Amino acid sequence: MKLLVCISKTPDTTSRIAFTNDNTTFDSNGVQYILNPYDSWYALVRALELKEQLGGSVTIVNVGPSSNDAIIRKGLAIGADNAVRIDADPKSALYVAHQIAEFAKAENFDIVFLGKETIDYNGSEVGAMLAEYLDTPYISYATQMDVEGTTATISREIEGGTEVIEVALPLTVSCAKGMAEQRIPNMRGIMMAKRKPLKVVPPAESADLSTVSTYELPAEKSSVKMLDPENMDELVRLLHEEAKVL
Amino acid sequence: MVLIFAESTNGKFKKAAFEAVSYGYRVAQAMGSECAALVLGDAAEASQLGNYGASKVYRIGDASLRHFDSQVYTAAIAGAVEKLGASVVILSHSSTGKSLLGRLAVKLNAGSVAGASALPTIGDEFKVRKNVFSGKAVAEYVISSPIKLISLMGNAVAPEATGGTAEVAALEVALPASRITVKEVKTIEGTVPLPEAELVVSAGRGLKGPENWQIIEDLADTIGATTACSRPVADSDWRPHHEHVGQTGVAIRPNLYIAIGISGAIQHLAGVNRSKVIVVINKDPEAPFFKAADYGICADLFDVVPRLTDAIKKFKAANN
Repeated sequence: MKLLVCISKTPDTTSRIAFTNDNTTFDSNGVQYILNPYDSWYALVRALELKEQLGGSVTIVNVGPSSNDAIIRKGLAIGADNAVRIDADPKSALYVAHQIAEFAKAENFDIVFLGKETIDYNGSEVGAMLAEYLDTPYISYATQMDVEGTTATISREIEGGTEVIEVALPLTVSCAKGMAEQRIPNMRGIMMAKRKPLKVVPPAESADLSTVSTYELPAEKSSVKMLDPENMDELVRLLHEEAKVL
Repeated sequence: MVLIFAESTNGKFKKAAFEAVSYGYRVAQAMGSECAALVLGDAAEASQLGNYGASKVYRIGDASLRHFDSQVYTAAIAGAVEKLGASVVILSHSSTGKSLLGRLAVKLNAGSVAGASALPTIGDEFKVRKNVFSGKAVAEYVISSPIKLISLMGNAVAPEATGGTAEVAALEVALPASRITVKEVKTIEGTVPLPEAELVVSAGRGLKGPENWQIIEDLADTIGATTACSRPVADSDWRPHHEHVGQTGVAIRPNLYIAIGISGAIQHLAGVNRSKVIVVINKDPEAPFFKAADYGICADLFDVVPRLTDAIKKFKAANN
Protein backbone atom coordinates (compact mmCIF):
# COMPACT_ATOMS: atom_id res chain seq x y z
CA MET A 1 0.00 0.00 0.00
CA LYS A 2 1.61 3.25 -1.14
CA LEU A 3 0.22 6.11 0.92
CA LEU A 4 0.66 9.88 0.66
CA VAL A 5 -0.27 12.37 3.38
CA CYS A 6 -0.39 16.08 2.51
CA ILE A 7 0.61 18.23 5.46
CA SER A 8 0.33 21.93 6.07
CA LYS A 9 2.05 24.29 8.48
CA THR A 10 -0.41 26.55 10.34
CA PRO A 11 -0.31 29.05 13.19
CA ASP A 12 -1.29 27.47 16.50
CA THR A 13 -4.98 27.97 17.39
CA THR A 14 -4.04 30.25 20.29
CA SER A 15 -1.88 32.56 18.11
CA ARG A 16 -2.55 36.28 18.05
CA ILE A 17 -3.60 37.11 14.48
CA ALA A 18 -2.15 40.34 13.01
CA PHE A 19 -1.19 41.71 9.59
CA THR A 20 1.57 43.96 8.20
CA ASN A 21 2.39 45.87 4.98
CA ASP A 22 -0.94 47.73 4.89
CA ASN A 23 -2.84 44.59 5.89
CA THR A 24 -1.61 42.63 2.89
CA THR A 25 0.66 40.16 4.70
CA PHE A 26 0.13 37.84 7.67
CA ASP A 27 2.37 38.93 10.53
CA SER A 28 4.33 35.83 11.54
CA ASN A 29 6.17 37.72 14.27
CA GLY A 30 6.03 35.67 17.47
CA VAL A 31 3.63 33.13 15.94
CA GLN A 32 4.02 29.52 17.05
CA TYR A 33 3.62 27.21 14.06
CA ILE A 34 2.27 23.69 14.23
CA LEU A 35 1.44 20.79 11.94
CA ASN A 36 -2.18 21.41 10.92
CA PRO A 37 -4.11 19.38 13.54
CA TYR A 38 -6.44 17.54 11.13
CA ASP A 39 -3.45 16.52 8.95
CA SER A 40 -1.47 15.28 11.90
CA TRP A 41 -4.13 13.77 14.20
CA TYR A 42 -6.40 12.14 11.65
CA ALA A 43 -4.85 11.91 8.15
CA LEU A 44 -1.32 10.92 9.12
CA VAL A 45 -2.27 8.56 11.94
CA ARG A 46 -4.90 6.70 9.88
CA ALA A 47 -2.33 6.29 7.08
CA LEU A 48 0.18 4.89 9.57
CA GLU A 49 -2.41 2.47 10.98
CA LEU A 50 -3.23 1.19 7.48
CA LYS A 51 0.46 0.72 6.75
CA GLU A 52 0.87 -1.21 10.02
CA GLN A 53 -2.07 -3.40 9.05
CA LEU A 54 -1.41 -3.91 5.33
CA GLY A 55 2.27 -3.10 4.80
CA GLY A 56 3.67 -0.47 2.45
CA SER A 57 4.96 3.04 3.01
CA VAL A 58 3.78 6.47 4.16
CA THR A 59 5.19 9.55 2.44
CA ILE A 60 4.40 13.06 3.62
CA VAL A 61 4.45 16.02 1.26
CA ASN A 62 4.47 19.75 2.01
CA VAL A 63 4.67 22.85 -0.17
CA GLY A 64 6.78 25.49 1.54
CA PRO A 65 10.19 27.06 2.20
CA SER A 66 13.06 25.44 4.12
CA SER A 67 11.73 26.94 7.36
CA ASN A 68 8.99 24.27 7.13
CA ASP A 69 11.52 21.46 7.65
CA ALA A 70 11.04 21.42 11.45
CA ILE A 71 7.30 20.78 10.98
CA ILE A 72 8.00 18.10 8.36
CA ARG A 73 10.41 16.36 10.80
CA LYS A 74 7.54 16.26 13.32
CA GLY A 75 5.51 14.28 10.80
CA LEU A 76 8.45 11.92 10.35
CA ALA A 77 8.77 11.61 14.15
CA ILE A 78 5.10 10.57 14.37
CA GLY A 79 5.99 7.74 12.00
CA ALA A 80 6.01 8.65 8.27
CA ASP A 81 8.76 6.86 6.33
CA ASN A 82 9.95 9.70 4.14
CA ALA A 83 9.09 13.25 3.16
CA VAL A 84 9.05 15.50 0.13
CA ARG A 85 9.09 19.27 0.34
CA ILE A 86 8.22 21.23 -2.76
CA ASP A 87 10.33 24.32 -2.41
CA ALA A 88 7.83 27.15 -3.04
CA ASP A 89 5.70 29.69 -1.24
CA PRO A 90 2.21 28.13 -0.87
CA LYS A 91 0.40 31.07 -2.48
CA SER A 92 -3.09 29.66 -2.97
CA ALA A 93 -5.01 26.39 -2.72
CA LEU A 94 -4.86 25.85 -6.48
CA TYR A 95 -1.12 26.49 -6.52
CA VAL A 96 -0.50 24.00 -3.68
CA ALA A 97 -2.74 21.33 -5.23
CA HIS A 98 -1.05 21.71 -8.60
CA GLN A 99 2.43 21.36 -7.07
CA ILE A 100 1.47 18.23 -5.12
CA ALA A 101 -0.28 16.76 -8.17
CA GLU A 102 2.81 17.27 -10.34
CA PHE A 103 4.84 15.27 -7.81
CA ALA A 104 2.19 12.62 -7.07
CA LYS A 105 1.23 11.84 -10.69
CA ALA A 106 4.33 9.80 -11.38
CA GLU A 107 4.26 8.03 -8.02
CA ASN A 108 0.93 6.15 -8.30
CA PHE A 109 -0.16 6.38 -4.68
CA ASP A 110 -3.03 4.12 -3.65
CA ILE A 111 -4.51 6.65 -1.22
CA VAL A 112 -3.86 10.38 -0.81
CA PHE A 113 -4.83 11.68 2.66
CA LEU A 114 -5.47 15.25 3.81
CA GLY A 115 -7.00 16.86 6.90
CA LYS A 116 -10.57 18.15 6.47
CA GLU A 117 -9.27 21.74 6.23
CA THR A 118 -6.39 23.87 7.47
CA ILE A 119 -7.05 26.01 10.52
CA ASP A 120 -5.68 29.14 8.82
CA TYR A 121 -7.56 29.50 5.52
CA ASN A 122 -10.38 27.03 6.32
CA GLY A 123 -11.12 26.46 2.63
CA SER A 124 -11.16 22.64 2.39
CA GLU A 125 -10.20 23.02 -1.28
CA VAL A 126 -6.84 21.30 -1.83
CA GLY A 127 -8.20 17.73 -1.49
CA ALA A 128 -10.89 18.21 -4.13
CA MET A 129 -8.41 19.93 -6.46
CA LEU A 130 -5.87 17.16 -6.04
CA ALA A 131 -8.50 14.48 -6.72
CA GLU A 132 -9.41 16.25 -9.98
CA TYR A 133 -5.76 16.58 -11.04
CA LEU A 134 -5.13 12.90 -10.22
CA ASP A 135 -8.50 11.77 -11.62
CA THR A 136 -9.51 9.84 -8.48
CA PRO A 137 -12.74 9.71 -6.48
CA TYR A 138 -12.74 12.18 -3.57
CA ILE A 139 -14.35 11.46 -0.22
CA SER A 140 -14.40 14.45 2.14
CA TYR A 141 -14.90 14.64 5.91
CA ALA A 142 -14.22 10.93 6.44
CA THR A 143 -14.74 9.77 10.02
CA GLN A 144 -13.98 6.06 9.48
CA MET A 145 -12.14 4.12 6.82
CA ASP A 146 -11.27 0.48 6.31
CA VAL A 147 -9.45 -1.05 3.36
CA GLU A 148 -9.80 -4.59 2.12
CA GLY A 149 -7.94 -5.59 -1.03
CA THR A 150 -8.46 -2.71 -3.44
CA THR A 151 -11.72 -1.46 -1.90
CA ALA A 152 -12.16 1.13 0.85
CA THR A 153 -15.28 1.48 2.98
CA ILE A 154 -15.62 5.01 4.29
CA SER A 155 -18.09 6.85 6.53
CA ARG A 156 -18.32 10.57 5.90
CA GLU A 157 -20.08 13.40 7.68
CA ILE A 158 -22.93 15.07 5.83
CA GLU A 159 -25.34 17.70 7.14
CA GLY A 160 -27.50 15.97 9.71
CA GLY A 161 -26.09 12.49 9.23
CA THR A 162 -23.53 10.06 7.87
CA GLU A 163 -22.99 8.48 4.48
CA VAL A 164 -21.31 5.08 4.08
CA ILE A 165 -19.46 4.65 0.79
CA GLU A 166 -17.61 1.88 -0.97
CA VAL A 167 -14.92 3.01 -3.35
CA ALA A 168 -12.17 1.37 -5.38
CA LEU A 169 -8.56 2.53 -4.95
CA PRO A 170 -6.85 4.80 -5.89
CA LEU A 171 -8.64 7.59 -4.05
CA THR A 172 -8.23 10.91 -2.28
CA VAL A 173 -9.72 11.33 1.19
CA SER A 174 -10.01 14.24 3.66
CA CYS A 175 -10.10 13.26 7.32
CA ALA A 176 -12.17 14.48 10.28
CA LYS A 177 -12.53 13.54 13.94
CA GLY A 178 -13.13 9.84 14.39
CA MET A 179 -10.61 8.64 11.76
CA ALA A 180 -7.84 8.03 14.30
CA GLU A 181 -6.49 9.04 17.69
CA GLN A 182 -3.72 11.61 17.93
CA ARG A 183 -0.18 10.17 18.36
CA ILE A 184 2.49 12.02 20.30
CA PRO A 185 6.01 11.38 18.94
CA ASN A 186 8.27 9.55 21.39
CA MET A 187 12.02 10.05 21.85
CA ARG A 188 12.88 7.14 19.55
CA GLY A 189 10.63 8.56 16.84
CA ILE A 190 12.22 11.98 17.18
CA MET A 191 15.75 10.49 16.93
CA MET A 192 14.83 8.35 13.91
CA ALA A 193 13.14 11.29 12.17
CA LYS A 194 16.53 13.03 11.91
CA ARG A 195 17.83 10.24 9.67
CA LYS A 196 14.72 9.73 7.51
CA PRO A 197 14.90 11.02 3.92
CA LEU A 198 13.50 14.51 3.25
CA LYS A 199 13.72 15.23 -0.46
CA VAL A 200 13.47 18.82 -1.69
CA VAL A 201 12.09 19.29 -5.20
CA PRO A 202 11.71 22.49 -7.25
CA PRO A 203 8.18 23.76 -8.01
CA ALA A 204 6.44 23.31 -11.35
CA GLU A 205 5.25 26.25 -13.44
CA SER A 206 1.82 27.30 -12.09
CA ALA A 207 -0.61 30.21 -12.33
CA ASP A 208 -2.57 31.90 -9.54
CA LEU A 209 -6.22 32.60 -10.23
CA SER A 210 -7.42 33.64 -6.78
CA THR A 211 -5.22 35.49 -4.29
CA VAL A 212 -5.72 37.45 -1.08
CA SER A 213 -5.44 41.19 -1.64
CA THR A 214 -6.11 42.45 1.89
CA TYR A 215 -6.89 41.22 5.37
CA GLU A 216 -8.79 42.82 8.18
CA LEU A 217 -9.56 42.01 11.78
CA PRO A 218 -13.23 41.79 12.66
CA ALA A 219 -14.75 44.79 14.42
CA GLU A 220 -14.24 44.57 18.20
CA LYS A 221 -17.26 43.03 19.80
CA SER A 222 -18.97 45.61 22.00
CA SER A 223 -18.58 44.48 25.57
CA VAL A 224 -20.95 41.91 26.98
CA LYS A 225 -24.20 43.08 28.61
CA MET A 226 -24.43 41.34 31.97
CA LEU A 227 -28.03 40.71 33.00
CA ASP A 228 -29.79 40.09 36.29
CA PRO A 229 -30.24 36.31 36.68
CA GLU A 230 -33.54 36.97 38.47
CA ASN A 231 -34.97 38.80 35.47
CA MET A 232 -35.07 36.47 32.46
CA ASP A 233 -37.96 38.49 30.97
CA GLU A 234 -35.38 41.18 30.31
CA LEU A 235 -33.14 38.76 28.35
CA VAL A 236 -36.13 37.62 26.29
CA ARG A 237 -37.07 41.26 25.63
CA LEU A 238 -33.50 42.07 24.47
CA LEU A 239 -33.30 39.00 22.25
CA HIS A 240 -36.60 40.00 20.67
CA GLU A 241 -36.31 43.80 20.43
CA GLU A 242 -32.57 44.54 20.32
CA ALA A 243 -30.96 41.42 18.82
CA LYS A 244 -34.10 40.48 16.84
CA VAL A 245 -33.37 36.76 17.01
CA LEU A 246 -36.51 35.59 18.83
CA MET B 1 -24.60 34.36 -16.79
CA VAL B 2 -24.51 33.60 -13.06
CA LEU B 3 -25.20 29.88 -12.53
CA ILE B 4 -26.15 28.57 -9.09
CA PHE B 5 -25.97 24.90 -8.21
CA ALA B 6 -29.05 24.45 -5.99
CA GLU B 7 -28.53 21.44 -3.73
CA SER B 8 -31.34 19.07 -3.01
CA THR B 9 -31.72 15.78 -1.13
CA ASN B 10 -34.46 13.30 -1.94
CA GLY B 11 -36.02 15.83 -4.28
CA LYS B 12 -36.24 18.61 -1.68
CA PHE B 13 -34.17 21.79 -1.67
CA LYS B 14 -32.02 22.63 1.31
CA LYS B 15 -32.19 26.06 2.93
CA ALA B 16 -28.64 26.59 1.63
CA ALA B 17 -29.99 26.28 -1.93
CA PHE B 18 -32.37 29.24 -1.44
CA GLU B 19 -29.55 31.26 0.15
CA ALA B 20 -27.29 30.51 -2.82
CA VAL B 21 -29.96 31.47 -5.37
CA SER B 22 -30.71 34.72 -3.48
CA TYR B 23 -26.98 35.50 -3.41
CA GLY B 24 -26.60 34.64 -7.10
CA TYR B 25 -29.55 36.84 -7.99
CA ARG B 26 -27.86 39.83 -6.35
CA VAL B 27 -24.53 39.05 -8.07
CA ALA B 28 -26.34 38.86 -11.42
CA GLN B 29 -28.06 42.19 -10.75
CA ALA B 30 -24.72 43.82 -9.95
CA MET B 31 -23.27 42.44 -13.19
CA GLY B 32 -26.34 43.22 -15.29
CA SER B 33 -26.48 39.55 -16.15
CA GLU B 34 -28.92 36.64 -16.11
CA CYS B 35 -29.40 34.44 -13.03
CA ALA B 36 -30.02 30.74 -13.67
CA ALA B 37 -30.08 27.76 -11.33
CA LEU B 38 -28.94 24.21 -11.96
CA VAL B 39 -30.54 21.19 -10.29
CA LEU B 40 -29.15 17.67 -10.47
CA GLY B 41 -31.21 14.50 -10.04
CA ASP B 42 -34.84 14.60 -8.98
CA ALA B 43 -35.69 17.98 -7.51
CA ALA B 44 -39.45 17.86 -7.66
CA GLU B 45 -40.25 21.55 -7.42
CA ALA B 46 -37.42 23.06 -9.40
CA SER B 47 -39.63 26.01 -10.42
CA GLN B 48 -39.79 27.28 -6.81
CA LEU B 49 -36.23 28.62 -7.25
CA GLY B 50 -37.82 31.35 -9.38
CA ASN B 51 -39.19 32.82 -6.19
CA TYR B 52 -35.59 33.55 -5.06
CA GLY B 53 -34.51 35.19 -8.28
CA ALA B 54 -33.62 32.47 -10.79
CA SER B 55 -35.08 33.39 -14.16
CA LYS B 56 -34.42 29.92 -15.52
CA VAL B 57 -33.81 26.53 -13.92
CA TYR B 58 -31.83 23.90 -15.80
CA ARG B 59 -32.12 20.33 -14.74
CA ILE B 60 -29.95 17.32 -15.47
CA GLY B 61 -32.19 14.43 -14.48
CA ASP B 62 -29.77 11.53 -15.05
CA ALA B 63 -30.48 8.67 -12.60
CA SER B 64 -26.77 8.41 -11.71
CA LEU B 65 -27.07 11.83 -9.99
CA ARG B 66 -29.38 10.45 -7.31
CA HIS B 67 -26.36 9.67 -5.15
CA PHE B 68 -23.56 12.13 -4.63
CA ASP B 69 -20.27 11.41 -6.36
CA SER B 70 -18.01 14.46 -6.66
CA GLN B 71 -16.58 13.26 -9.99
CA VAL B 72 -19.96 12.78 -11.67
CA TYR B 73 -21.39 16.00 -10.18
CA THR B 74 -18.30 17.93 -11.31
CA ALA B 75 -18.75 16.65 -14.86
CA ALA B 76 -22.43 17.66 -14.75
CA ILE B 77 -21.83 21.18 -13.42
CA ALA B 78 -18.78 21.84 -15.61
CA GLY B 79 -20.76 20.58 -18.62
CA ALA B 80 -23.60 22.98 -17.81
CA VAL B 81 -21.19 25.89 -17.29
CA GLU B 82 -19.65 25.29 -20.71
CA LYS B 83 -22.97 24.76 -22.51
CA LEU B 84 -24.58 27.83 -20.97
CA GLY B 85 -21.50 30.05 -21.02
CA ALA B 86 -21.71 30.92 -17.30
CA SER B 87 -19.03 33.28 -15.98
CA VAL B 88 -19.83 33.10 -12.27
CA VAL B 89 -20.69 29.80 -10.58
CA ILE B 90 -22.10 29.67 -7.05
CA LEU B 91 -22.27 26.64 -4.75
CA SER B 92 -23.16 26.21 -1.09
CA HIS B 93 -20.22 25.75 1.31
CA SER B 94 -21.72 22.45 2.49
CA SER B 95 -20.31 18.91 2.59
CA THR B 96 -21.38 18.62 -1.06
CA GLY B 97 -20.14 22.06 -2.13
CA LYS B 98 -16.78 21.57 -0.43
CA SER B 99 -16.26 18.34 -2.38
CA LEU B 100 -17.05 20.10 -5.67
CA LEU B 101 -15.51 23.57 -5.53
CA GLY B 102 -11.87 22.46 -5.82
CA ARG B 103 -12.64 19.91 -8.52
CA LEU B 104 -14.49 22.55 -10.58
CA ALA B 105 -11.63 25.03 -10.11
CA VAL B 106 -9.25 22.54 -11.74
CA LYS B 107 -11.66 21.38 -14.43
CA LEU B 108 -12.74 24.89 -15.45
CA ASN B 109 -9.35 26.49 -14.79
CA ALA B 110 -11.18 28.96 -12.56
CA GLY B 111 -10.20 30.94 -9.47
CA SER B 112 -12.28 30.10 -6.40
CA VAL B 113 -13.22 31.47 -3.00
CA ALA B 114 -14.34 28.83 -0.49
CA GLY B 115 -16.85 29.99 2.11
CA ALA B 116 -17.68 33.55 1.00
CA SER B 117 -19.24 35.63 3.78
CA ALA B 118 -20.55 38.57 1.73
CA LEU B 119 -21.53 39.66 -1.77
CA PRO B 120 -18.60 40.26 -4.15
CA THR B 121 -17.38 43.76 -4.98
CA ILE B 122 -17.41 44.04 -8.75
CA GLY B 123 -15.37 46.77 -10.41
CA ASP B 124 -12.05 46.63 -12.21
CA GLU B 125 -11.43 43.58 -10.06
CA PHE B 126 -13.75 40.86 -8.81
CA LYS B 127 -13.31 40.74 -5.02
CA VAL B 128 -14.85 38.29 -2.55
CA ARG B 129 -14.55 38.28 1.24
CA LYS B 130 -14.37 35.27 3.54
CA ASN B 131 -13.48 34.49 7.14
CA VAL B 132 -10.01 33.10 7.76
CA PHE B 133 -8.01 31.95 10.80
CA SER B 134 -11.12 30.22 12.20
CA GLY B 135 -13.12 33.44 12.30
CA LYS B 136 -10.35 35.61 13.77
CA ALA B 137 -9.89 37.63 10.56
CA VAL B 138 -11.46 38.41 7.20
CA ALA B 139 -9.58 38.14 3.89
CA GLU B 140 -10.54 39.76 0.61
CA TYR B 141 -9.66 37.66 -2.44
CA VAL B 142 -9.28 38.82 -6.01
CA ILE B 143 -10.37 36.29 -8.64
CA SER B 144 -8.59 36.95 -11.92
CA SER B 145 -9.79 34.11 -14.17
CA PRO B 146 -12.62 34.46 -16.75
CA ILE B 147 -14.76 31.93 -14.84
CA LYS B 148 -15.23 32.70 -11.13
CA LEU B 149 -16.22 30.14 -8.50
CA ILE B 150 -17.71 30.93 -5.10
CA SER B 151 -19.02 28.67 -2.34
CA LEU B 152 -21.32 30.56 -0.01
CA MET B 153 -21.04 30.09 3.77
CA GLY B 154 -24.31 28.93 5.33
CA ASN B 155 -26.42 31.58 7.08
CA ALA B 156 -24.30 34.41 5.60
CA VAL B 157 -27.20 35.86 3.58
CA ALA B 158 -30.89 35.46 4.28
CA PRO B 159 -32.94 34.00 1.41
CA GLU B 160 -35.22 36.72 0.02
CA ALA B 161 -38.35 35.95 -1.95
CA THR B 162 -38.63 38.01 -5.14
CA GLY B 163 -42.03 36.67 -6.18
CA GLY B 164 -40.52 35.71 -9.53
CA THR B 165 -41.14 32.56 -11.53
CA ALA B 166 -38.76 30.36 -13.45
CA GLU B 167 -39.14 28.15 -16.44
CA VAL B 168 -37.58 24.68 -16.04
CA ALA B 169 -35.60 23.26 -18.94
CA ALA B 170 -33.89 19.91 -19.29
CA LEU B 171 -30.19 19.85 -20.05
CA GLU B 172 -28.18 16.97 -21.49
CA VAL B 173 -24.58 16.56 -20.39
CA ALA B 174 -22.35 13.52 -20.93
CA LEU B 175 -21.51 11.96 -17.56
CA PRO B 176 -18.74 9.52 -16.60
CA ALA B 177 -19.51 6.25 -14.81
CA SER B 178 -19.38 6.54 -11.02
CA ARG B 179 -16.54 4.79 -9.21
CA ILE B 180 -18.24 4.90 -5.82
CA THR B 181 -21.23 3.12 -4.31
CA VAL B 182 -23.25 4.78 -1.57
CA LYS B 183 -24.12 1.88 0.75
CA GLU B 184 -26.12 3.73 3.34
CA VAL B 185 -27.25 7.21 4.34
CA LYS B 186 -28.00 7.56 8.05
CA THR B 187 -29.85 10.72 8.98
CA ILE B 188 -30.52 12.05 12.43
CA GLU B 189 -34.26 12.34 12.80
CA GLY B 190 -36.15 15.24 14.24
CA THR B 191 -34.23 18.48 14.53
CA VAL B 192 -32.68 20.80 11.97
CA PRO B 193 -29.05 19.73 11.32
CA LEU B 194 -26.57 21.91 13.25
CA PRO B 195 -24.88 23.52 10.21
CA GLU B 196 -28.30 24.75 9.03
CA ALA B 197 -29.78 25.68 12.43
CA GLU B 198 -30.64 29.34 13.07
CA LEU B 199 -31.03 28.82 16.81
CA VAL B 200 -28.69 26.64 18.85
CA VAL B 201 -28.74 25.78 22.56
CA SER B 202 -25.42 24.29 23.63
CA ALA B 203 -24.23 22.91 26.95
CA GLY B 204 -20.96 21.86 28.52
CA ARG B 205 -19.43 20.21 31.53
CA GLY B 206 -21.26 22.62 33.80
CA LEU B 207 -24.29 20.31 33.42
CA LYS B 208 -22.38 17.77 35.58
CA GLY B 209 -23.83 14.69 33.86
CA PRO B 210 -25.99 13.41 30.98
CA GLU B 211 -28.96 12.91 33.31
CA ASN B 212 -29.29 16.69 33.64
CA TRP B 213 -29.93 17.45 29.95
CA GLN B 214 -33.70 17.74 30.26
CA ILE B 215 -33.50 21.47 31.08
CA ILE B 216 -31.39 22.01 27.93
CA GLU B 217 -33.85 20.09 25.76
CA ASP B 218 -36.80 21.95 27.28
CA LEU B 219 -35.22 25.29 26.45
CA ALA B 220 -34.32 24.15 22.92
CA ASP B 221 -37.84 22.80 22.30
CA THR B 222 -39.40 26.02 23.56
CA ILE B 223 -37.56 28.19 21.03
CA GLY B 224 -37.29 25.55 18.30
CA ALA B 225 -33.51 25.31 18.56
CA THR B 226 -31.10 22.49 17.77
CA THR B 227 -29.04 21.18 20.71
CA ALA B 228 -25.25 21.12 20.68
CA CYS B 229 -22.46 20.43 23.16
CA SER B 230 -18.81 21.09 23.91
CA ARG B 231 -15.98 18.66 23.21
CA PRO B 232 -15.55 17.19 26.74
CA VAL B 233 -19.26 16.40 26.80
CA ALA B 234 -19.08 14.48 23.50
CA ASP B 235 -15.80 12.82 24.48
CA SER B 236 -17.38 11.55 27.73
CA ASP B 237 -20.33 10.21 25.69
CA TRP B 238 -22.80 12.34 27.62
CA ARG B 239 -24.14 13.42 24.23
CA PRO B 240 -23.80 12.02 20.69
CA HIS B 241 -20.71 13.10 18.71
CA HIS B 242 -22.70 14.83 15.99
CA GLU B 243 -23.71 17.46 18.58
CA HIS B 244 -20.09 18.51 19.20
CA VAL B 245 -19.45 22.07 18.02
CA GLY B 246 -16.00 23.66 17.99
CA GLN B 247 -12.80 23.37 16.04
CA THR B 248 -12.67 19.58 15.85
CA GLY B 249 -16.45 19.21 15.73
CA VAL B 250 -18.95 21.11 13.61
CA ALA B 251 -18.36 24.81 12.87
CA ILE B 252 -21.62 26.75 12.98
CA ARG B 253 -22.88 30.32 12.53
CA PRO B 254 -26.45 30.46 13.79
CA ASN B 255 -28.37 33.67 14.48
CA LEU B 256 -28.49 32.81 18.18
CA TYR B 257 -26.08 30.64 20.17
CA ILE B 258 -26.90 30.05 23.84
CA ALA B 259 -23.89 28.56 25.66
CA ILE B 260 -24.72 27.00 29.01
CA GLY B 261 -22.03 25.80 31.40
CA ILE B 262 -19.31 26.09 28.72
CA SER B 263 -16.15 27.97 29.77
CA GLY B 264 -15.29 29.05 26.20
CA ALA B 265 -11.87 27.55 25.40
CA ILE B 266 -10.34 29.01 22.26
CA GLN B 267 -10.94 25.75 20.33
CA HIS B 268 -14.64 25.94 21.16
CA LEU B 269 -14.85 29.63 20.20
CA ALA B 270 -13.19 28.87 16.84
CA GLY B 271 -16.26 26.83 15.90
CA VAL B 272 -18.96 29.23 17.13
CA ASN B 273 -17.53 32.77 17.09
CA ARG B 274 -19.31 33.65 13.84
CA SER B 275 -22.72 33.26 15.50
CA LYS B 276 -24.64 36.52 15.20
CA VAL B 277 -25.74 36.75 18.83
CA ILE B 278 -24.15 34.84 21.71
CA VAL B 279 -25.72 34.37 25.15
CA VAL B 280 -23.50 32.89 27.85
CA ILE B 281 -24.81 31.39 31.09
CA ASN B 282 -22.04 30.45 33.49
CA LYS B 283 -21.55 30.68 37.24
CA ASP B 284 -17.83 31.51 36.90
CA PRO B 285 -17.45 35.28 36.34
CA GLU B 286 -13.94 34.61 34.96
CA ALA B 287 -15.19 32.22 32.21
CA PRO B 288 -13.46 33.41 28.99
CA PHE B 289 -16.71 32.93 27.04
CA PHE B 290 -18.15 36.15 28.56
CA LYS B 291 -15.61 38.14 26.51
CA ALA B 292 -17.08 36.73 23.29
CA ALA B 293 -20.71 37.10 24.41
CA ASP B 294 -23.36 39.71 23.62
CA TYR B 295 -25.42 38.91 26.72
CA GLY B 296 -24.11 37.25 29.85
CA ILE B 297 -25.75 35.79 32.93
CA CYS B 298 -23.47 34.90 35.79
CA ALA B 299 -25.46 32.45 37.91
CA ASP B 300 -26.15 28.79 38.60
CA LEU B 301 -27.45 27.34 35.36
CA PHE B 302 -29.76 24.92 37.18
CA ASP B 303 -31.70 27.97 38.49
CA VAL B 304 -31.45 30.18 35.44
CA VAL B 305 -32.18 27.83 32.53
CA PRO B 306 -35.68 26.72 33.69
CA ARG B 307 -36.46 30.37 34.44
CA LEU B 308 -35.37 31.38 30.93
CA THR B 309 -37.54 28.60 29.44
CA ASP B 310 -40.54 29.90 31.43
CA ALA B 311 -39.87 33.49 30.35
CA ILE B 312 -39.81 32.42 26.70
CA LYS B 313 -43.05 30.44 27.12
CA LYS B 314 -44.65 33.52 28.64
CA PHE B 315 -43.35 35.69 25.79
CA LYS B 316 -44.61 33.24 23.16
CA ALA B 317 -48.04 33.03 24.79
CA ALA B 318 -48.28 36.83 24.86
CA ASN B 319 -47.23 37.19 21.22
CA ASN B 320 -49.46 34.55 19.72
